[in-house]
Amino acid sequence: MSTNVARVLVCLEEVGAEYEVVPVDMTTGEHKSPAHDARNPFGQVPVFQDGDLILYESRAISKYILRKGGSDLLRESNLAESAMVDVWLKVESGHFSSTMSPIIFQCLVVPFLGGETDTKIVQENLEKLKTALGVYEARLSRFKYLAGDFVSLADISHFPAAYYLLGGSHTSVLDAYPHVKAWLAEVMDRPSVKKVVELMKLPSA
Amino acid sequence: MEAPVKVFGPLLSPNVTRVILCLEEVGVEYEIVNVDFNTGEHKSPQHLQRNPFGQLPAFQDGELMLFESRAISRHVLRKYKTSEVNLLREDNTSEAALVDVWLDVEAHQYDPAIAPIIYQLILVPMSGGTPDQKLIDESLEKMKKVLDVYEAQLSKHKYLAGDFVSLADLSHLPYTVHFMATPFASVLDSYPSVKAWVHDLLSRPAVQRVISQFPRY
Repeated sequence: MSTNVARVLVCLEEVGAEYEVVPVDMTTGEHKSPAHDARNPFGQVPVFQDGDLILYESRAISKYILRKGGSDLLRESNLAESAMVDVWLKVESGHFSSTMSPIIFQCLVVPFLGGETDTKIVQENLEKLKTALGVYEARLSRFKYLAGDFVSLADISHFPAAYYLLGGSHTSVLDAYPHVKAWLAEVMDRPSVKKVVELMKLPSA
Repeated sequence: MEAPVKVFGPLLSPNVTRVILCLEEVGVEYEIVNVDFNTGEHKSPQHLQRNPFGQLPAFQDGELMLFESRAISRHVLRKYKTSEVNLLREDNTSEAALVDVWLDVEAHQYDPAIAPIIYQLILVPMSGGTPDQKLIDESLEKMKKVLDVYEAQLSKHKYLAGDFVSLADLSHLPYTVHFMATPFASVLDSYPSVKAWVHDLLSRPAVQRVISQFPRY
């Protein structure tokens, strides 16, 4: 399952919304079809529809779902707290998921398509990941969660890439960052996350 | 009196410019504190306290320290919002969502295409290097594909998130202003709606106040 789709599903589960997943088969290039292009002109997944409103970009979709569902995972009633959520959501996107993405692609997708993992790309990105994890370790030694002592979308948004990190061959990279390891375990233990993980394990995912 | 709002980093650095544009839009007093990239000041212990990734900008508003320019921009526009300056549209769930969508599009699609062009044409020569023409050409091709989508969107709506200006539009300006000063500015001639949108944004008084401080190349 696309990490970006998983992110949106977790938010739907957090607010207890009813939803339908419409599969878009990327292995057959369905995401580049005219029908999908009409939904997302950048040809990516997920696309989200709520009545007449069509959205893409998983973190934008996630915020919409959480606001509409009355969740407190954005802390928008508090200026300082919501600012910290925005900061660490950007960190997730720019430093964590962006370095995990090529690792996941090389280690999982490339072999699945019959190719050979480019270990140079994996190593380069693992080094970048370790740099980021160093920052996270310092942060999580001071605060229970990334944005402060409250859980937020900034934490949960890490789960899709974290799922692949925890299930892959580079999990030991986390051993040097005990606070990060404990924090990730807590995120993965959320009922919403566990529910989506089950969906991710399905062969059709 | 010392302004409570401080932006750390040089005005011309695009991610710093993004924040300054927002501060000018809401009309809040601020101070720019330079951080000397050339001497590696952005990796100094003092700056790492403000931005643990050693990047620019960092931001201080009273007790609150922030980094990541788009997060800072959101904070500025949320805290100092007025009845005239409503650039996040948070009073309307659908409009706010569309602002979020196009702000992420800017970060994930537009920025990766345009930033290497600016970096190669402007920053690399400044440190005595030679621009990588292959990278410039590849980035221009990427940018044109992105502009195709923008042209379609902006021929339907005055601005990206709808018929109202928002942070999503303004966030494009820092790199775009530099782009307009390169020989490739004529690329926009093939995208009339995009061109008109850029000129509309550039004519905003707050934007003019900021870019009038840029040197002419």
